[in-house]
Order: sequence, then C-alpha cells, then structure tokens
Amino acid sequence: MSISLRVGILVFPGSNCDRDCQHAVSQVMGAKADFIWHKESMLPHVDAVIIPGGFSYGDYLRTGAIARFSPVMAAVTRFAEAGGLVLGICNGFQILLEAGLLPGAMLRNRSLSFLCKDVHLRVENADTPFTRRCKPGQVLTLPIAHGEGNYYADQATLAKLKARNQVIFRYCTKDGEVTPEANPNGSLDNIAGIVNDAGNILGLMPHPERCADALLGNEDGRLILLSLLEAIKSGRYAPKPVLAHNVS
Amino acid sequence: MTKDLIVQHGLTEEEYQKIVTLLGRELNLTELGMFSVMWSEHCSYKSSRTFLKKLPTDAPHVIQGPGENAGVVDIGDGLAAVFKMESHNHPSFIEPYQGAATGVGGILRDIFTMGARPIALLDSLRFGPLDSPKNRYLFSGVVAGIAGYGNCIGVPTVGGEVYFNEIYNYNPLVNVFCLGIARKDRIFRGWASGAGNPVLYIGAKTGRDGIHGATMASDSFDEGSESMRPTVQVGDPFTEKLLLEACLELMEQDLLVGIQDMGAAGLTSSSCEMASRAGTGIELELANVPRREPSMTPYEVLLSESQERMLLVAKSGREGEVLDICKKWDVDAAVIGRVTNDGFLRVKEKGVVVAEVPARALTDNAPTYERPADAPAYQDALQTLPLELVPEPKDCNAVLEALLTSPTIAHKGWVFEQYDHMVQTNTVIRPGSDAAVLRIKGTDKALAVTADCNSLYCVLNPYTGAASAVAEAARNLVCAGARPLALTDCLNFGNPERPDIMWQFILAVEGIADACKALQIPVVSGNVSFYNETRGLSIYPTPIIGMVGLLDHVEQAVSQGFKAEGDAILLLGETGEDLGGTEYLRAVHHREQGTPPVLNLEREAALQRVVLQAVEQGLVRSAHDCAEGGLAVALAESSLSATNGPLGAEVVLDRHGLRRDSLLFGESQSRIILSVKPANREKIEVLARQDGVPCSVLGFVRGQRLMISIRDDRGGTALWIDRTCDKLDTMWRGALRAALDTGEGGHA
Repeated sequence: MSISLRVGILVFPGSNCDRDCQHAVSQVMGAKADFIWHKESMLPHVDAVIIPGGFSYGDYLRTGAIARFSPVMAAVTRFAEAGGLVLGICNGFQILLEAGLLPGAMLRNRSLSFLCKDVHLRVENADTPFTRRCKPGQVLTLPIAHGEGNYYADQATLAKLKARNQVIFRYCTKDGEVTPEANPNGSLDNIAGIVNDAGNILGLMPHPERCADALLGNEDGRLILLSLLEAIKSGRYAPKPVLAHNVS
Repeated sequence: MTKDLIVQHGLTEEEYQKIVTLLGRELNLTELGMFSVMWSEHCSYKSSRTFLKKLPTDAPHVIQGPGENAGVVDIGDGLAAVFKMESHNHPSFIEPYQGAATGVGGILRDIFTMGARPIALLDSLRFGPLDSPKNRYLFSGVVAGIAGYGNCIGVPTVGGEVYFNEIYNYNPLVNVFCLGIARKDRIFRGWASGAGNPVLYIGAKTGRDGIHGATMASDSFDEGSESMRPTVQVGDPFTEKLLLEACLELMEQDLLVGIQDMGAAGLTSSSCEMASRAGTGIELELANVPRREPSMTPYEVLLSESQERMLLVAKSGREGEVLDICKKWDVDAAVIGRVTNDGFLRVKEKGVVVAEVPARALTDNAPTYERPADAPAYQDALQTLPLELVPEPKDCNAVLEALLTSPTIAHKGWVFEQYDHMVQTNTVIRPGSDAAVLRIKGTDKALAVTADCNSLYCVLNPYTGAASAVAEAARNLVCAGARPLALTDCLNFGNPERPDIMWQFILAVEGIADACKALQIPVVSGNVSFYNETRGLSIYPTPIIGMVGLLDHVEQAVSQGFKAEGDAILLLGETGEDLGGTEYLRAVHHREQGTPPVLNLEREAALQRVVLQAVEQGLVRSAHDCAEGGLAVALAESSLSATNGPLGAEVVLDRHGLRRDSLLFGESQSRIILSVKPANREKIEVLARQDGVPCSVLGFVRGQRLMISIRDDRGGTALWIDRTCDKLDTMWRGALRAALDTGEGGHA
C-alpha cells in the first residue's frame, strides 16, 4: 500500500477505538493515519475519515447525540458532501446517524445488555468503496461490542435503503442465512451496516479494525480496510475542491 | 471528645489515647475523622501488616513491590508490567451496579497513577446461589456495573472467575484486577518531594458521596446495612477516561514529581501518604478544592470518596502547563496546596487552620495488632470425610452433566460477552481459557493474566487452600504458554477480632508465602479485606491470587480447546484419591468437607517446567489445567472449547485401585491435560521423564462424542461416560443463562 494514502481518525472525548483504528490502518495496512481532535473546525489534508468506536461524551444522553455537535463534525459533513469517504464504526455509526449523514436511528440491544462477540455478516453489496474486495454474498466474521446496535428506520426509509442497495451488511448464520436467530441485537431486517444515498459514507456496528491482524486469529476486517484504501487509490472518491469554498 | 463520638468513628478508647499521646493534645472533630479513616483496618492494615511481611517480595525483575499504588515488574524491551487487585465487596452488596463500577474505576486509577496505560481487567466474583432472586439481582448488577465502567473507558475485561456458594449469600465478593504497561524509565510514585512544590487537585469535583467508605469497609454487616447506600459512590467512566488521558499526557511532558489516586479516605489518605513516603509535609487550602455541593465542611471535604480524582505534586513553576493540559481534556484542576518540610499535614479553610497533624501519625504510627488466633472447634469435624458414606455413582454421565451445569463450572459466556474483551486489539487468547493472553504492540512478546482461588479448599485447610490458589494461578499461566512473573493478592476474610478468622488468615498467608518461594514468584502488590461477615456468619477464607506471566513470543500462546482430529491426549501429573473439597462432593453429594487435595510444591514446579519446555519447543496444541470437576470436566471443556465447534475425544483411564469418582471427578493437584500431534508424543514423554513427572497417554481427539472408559486392574474396560459433544455443549453453555432466567438449576 502506498505511503501517500492519508486517513484521518476523529478523536472525541470518550473515543476508545481511535488507537485501534490507527494501528490497523498504519501498522497493519501500511497507510498513514492521523488523529483529528474533535475541537478542530477544519480537516487537515486527508483522503478518508474514520469515526472510531467508543463512548463519545460518555454516551450519557444518547449514543452519539453530543458528538454530532463537535466542531469537527461540520468539517466532516463538508468533506462528505464533496464526495470524500467516511467510515463510521460502532459509536462512529451512531454519530453518523445522529448527525443525519445516514438515515435511521439506533435503539438499545434487544437483550438490554452490552454484547461483545464474533458475529457473521453477509456482504449484500460488493459494489461500494468499502466492500470492493469482497464477493457479493460473501460471509465475513467480525466482532461486535455494543449496547445500542439495534438499528431502526421507518418503513419508507427501509424501502428506500433496500431499493437503492444501501444495506451493505446483514447479520447471518455462518452459512450466510439471514435469520432472526443470527440477529444479535434485534436490528431491523438484520441490518449491520448501511451507506448513504451517494455511497461514500458507511456506518457499521461490527469492528473491522479488531480483526485485521492475523495474530488475533481473524483477518476478515482487512477486506473492508483494504477496499477503502484501494478506493482512495482509484482516485474516484477524492473530495471535490468545492470543499474550500464551503469553509466559512 | 465524647466516648460516643470515638466509638462512632470506629476507634477504640486505647487507639484514641494513642493519638492524643502522639499529638500531645486532644483532637478536633475534623482530625478525629481523619484518624478514623486512616487508622481503619481498610487503610492501615493494622491486623494484617505483621503477617504480610512473611510474603516474598524480591526478585531481580521486581521494580516496585508492595507499598505503592501498584506493583511493577520488568518485562524487557524497556517496558514494565504494572498491576494490582482490590476488593469492592461491601459497596457491591449495598448497591451492586455502582459498587462494582467504582471498584473498576478505583483499580484503574491505581494503575495509571503509576504511569501505565491500563491494558486489561479481570474480576473475581463470589455470590450466593442463583435460585435466590436477591442473588440474581446482585450477580446481574455487578456484571452490568463492571461492563458499564470497563467498556466505556475502553479497557478490555479479559477474564476472571465466578463461584457460587451459600456462604456468600449476605456477603458477595467483588475483586477487581488491573494490568497496565509503562515505560520502565517512567514509573511514577506517590511521593510529595521538594518543599515548595505545588500540590494540585485534578479530576471530578468533590461531593458528599462516600464519606466514611473506608470505615464502612472495616466493619461487619447487619440488617441496617442497606441504609448505608448513600455511602456508595457513583462512578463516571467518561470523566475517568478524560482523567486517564490527561494524566498520561502530563506524565509524558515530565511535569510531575509524584501522583496518587484519591481512593479510600480521599484527600486525607492521598495527601498524608504522599507526604509520609517522602518524609515531607503538605499544606492544603480547602477553599480551592473544586466542589459539587455548597457549604461542605472541612470534615466532609477531607473524607469525601468522590470518584475520579487525583492528587499531584508538580515541579515548581510548571503548574501552568499542568492546568493547560487538564483544560484540553476538560478536566477540573486547581492548585490546592504546597509541599513543606515540617512533616505536618496542615489543612486550612480560607486561611484558618482546621487540622494539623504529623503526616506519619496518620500512616506509619497507626497501631498494629497481633490478634489472638486459634483453630475453630469445628475444624476437625470439617476435615473428616468417611468415604464409605459417599456412594460411588452408578450413572457417571448424569454426574458429568450435573457438574457441567453447576453455575460454578458452567460456561461463563453470559458474563464475559457483556464485557468488551477485545478493545485495544491485543486479546490473543480471549476469556474462557486457562488464562487470557495479550500481545504487547511493538514487541514480539505477550502477557498472560489469571485470577484464582478455591475457597472451599481454603476453609477446609487455609494453608493448603491458599498455596493451591498460587499453584493453580501459575499452572493456568503455564497452560497459556507463559512464564509466571509475579502476583498480586486480594485476601478476603471475616472479622479479624475473632481468633478462628485470624487463624485462617495467618495460615493462608503462610501457604501463599511457601508456594511463592517454591515456585519463585514474588508478591508485588495486594489488598486485605477483613470483616466479610454478616449477622455473625463469615465467608470462607478467600485469598484470591492475580498473576501475570510473560511469553517471549506471542505466537506460542496456547489455549485450552482441542485443535485437530487425531491428536494425542496426554495427562501430565498423577491422579490420587482426592475427593475432599471437590465440586463433585459439593454439587452431587451436598458435602463440603474433607481435606483438600494434597499439594506437593516440588511436583508442581516440575510439572510447570515440563509444560513450559514443551510449549517453547512448539510441541503443544492445547493445554488445560485439571481443576473443579476433575479430569472428566477438564476433558469436556477442552472438547467443547475447540475454536470451530466441539471436537470429541476417546479416552481410557487406568484405575490403579482408585474409586471411579476419584478418577473421573477428583481434583488431584498438579495435573495438566495436553493435546499434541501424535508425532510429538514421545518428545513430551522424554521431557516429562527427565523431570520425574508422570505422563500418560489418555487417548485421542476423535469424532463428535466424549467417551471415557475405565480399565480396571485386571484389564477389563468399561465405558462410563458417553455423550454427544453437542448435548454437553448446549448444557454447558446454557446453564448460567437458564439459572438466571428461571432460578432453576441455580442452586449452587
């Protein structure tokens, strides 16, 4: 992987997967990974943004509800509107929902308990910058670790997500069947990850950065990170220069 | 000072007189409060200190032994492992969620105050049986509290242990262990050196919560204990996360002279301990202490146990930089005093002195007691086990199923799936194996951690039971492929003013000391929790051992699950007639009696040497200690823990004149089950023979059934255990949740 790729990793007070994402992107994948403090109102030059997992602001009000007001989120919104790639993992997904960059909302897990374990995911759409290294229908194993991963959207939103192939990952059995038993948190339609309408923002609950390293026994997460880095390299997702004008 | 006030503060008349002599005058109420907490059992270790000196604490790799916030050992590559274990029993009984959560918060601060980033948590828990709704509430609440705090702050909870027994009905135990990694040349200590250096308060604001928590932890429980709920603090892991990052950044900038967590006894203990260690004094101005509530008295400010606070001594002139970093992390900070050279802890409120006592009077001058100790009258009866009254089981399958579904042995997924055990992406061996293994990024190494104690062994024979806890912890590390480095202990006992409890305590400490010497493992930190007694009923002695081991090569980490069809299954060690104190005797025959399994420390050391050599030579595919439930349960656990679903086993045990239940379910010590490639079997046999360790081939990993036969001494073989792995797996994994959902099967 070329050293010139730069990924920005947001750090909110309470982020706790920021260092894990940095390790996976830089040590394992060989790209540059810089932290971006939540008080920054402009992004440094980066090719993509990762919003990592954790408990931003303690998640005391509602997951991601405070973080969306951080100055950096306005900059991320401008970056995404200009076509830049944004990957939100776990709490990052929750923040993207709260910020309105992805549709829907997160409810508490059906069990009402935090749940940390490996789950199986079916790749529903391999034609995205985040899944281009996967095969359609491929079953990945990734760990989840969350108390609020029970995705919800109204029927109209769900219909639109489905119609436009915006559902990227669904919880499934190890053989790829999408069943209620394979759903760890009660998520609507077994949804584990979605993209926005333009296809440049992915939110997912499982943690690819936790399974990018062979030493931890599973490398399925590499496919997602590798897809992202290759998509950047392709040049198709460089944010358009309009970005500069929007900074006020 | 009235007698009533002195008694209310948990001090005896003699102790009060000793203070008056030390000060040369009567105390005011604020000072009485300060002595009350500092001279409490919890802070002063007055009943235990004399005996703890017996523990070996030295080794070439020990950087910091007991007496600081945590122990520190050298792990090479310029790095150090920092760890400690502490109890939070009383608060967790009163308010399980917050009690457990603040236990986690407290131990985390003990680790990062030393300059280490916390990388792993473990919890040792004890509850009464789950057929009681109250116990289900306590168990669920404690697990949720640990999860709530540890998950939020982003430190993985990678293991621990849970036992259920009636004896913990009114006194559950919550012991929390934390491990951190620091740069060896940047270890911080709780020292207030350098007269004139500024003393800073950073972290959460002070409120009226937790006043006299330390005194509460130094008394037994009664019917009114529930009314003490207001003395339990409320945890805020988000503030702690900010405090953690701020502290680590302060340490990186070289701004600090010393630092200490405000734990039990809050501002009082942190200030007098820091001054006392450095031989200095501290002068505080309470008006500058950030407060959450108006009109708090000096007494309340000094004794508050509000969470997430630290006391720092900065280098003179650098306080501005300290305040800037705290501001970046939105952490409250204020200069509240300075270091002096007169040895006094002098406390002012708006310039008026409200307390003035020699720092060492609060710490080093606390009394020590050698309280009377005597074996309880019931001890002989407890140790008597007429085996002829214990019928040998006819249906061994039923016994195995009963053991696998006993909440103590059942799979603990319900617990550790609520803990984020993967954050920080270091968890190479996850919870549920003999020990968890964490890689150390930037090196080739890894650390293994475990916590162990069988308290039933300890009540039957405190010496053997405690020594066995050390041996088992070391064995668990060795099974993971790690060389034991050092241990921390959390000694949970009843009321030390009772001779039988002191007897248990003294013997247990001797047992730990002897096992440490034999296995060459130093004690580097620890905690004593006395007064675990409710309505006159003491818990079983429960000296929990938290141990850390080092793997030079992370790739060598071994887990307990079988790996491949056809592998040979070996038993290292020897099975004897060891039924006393077993889970089998307790769960199936409802007897808690006998003498615990014999522990021969030389044999133990030899066993561990052999297994470590085998692991280092790459000969071992899986390794599992034989503990509660004996060989049959250990074999089942290895079968059911295989990574991609159960792998069966066909095993034949030679009877050697033993009872059937001793063979299958007895808990003889110093036994490890290995699975190895058939081609490596002989190499292991050679290693074992060189060290005089018995080694026998039990059978092979094969099929989808667990089949255990016994060959009698005339050569006839009979199949005694035969169950599909799927059935056992469902029972084992489902038992804890079933007990919680319905209360059925929850009777420990």
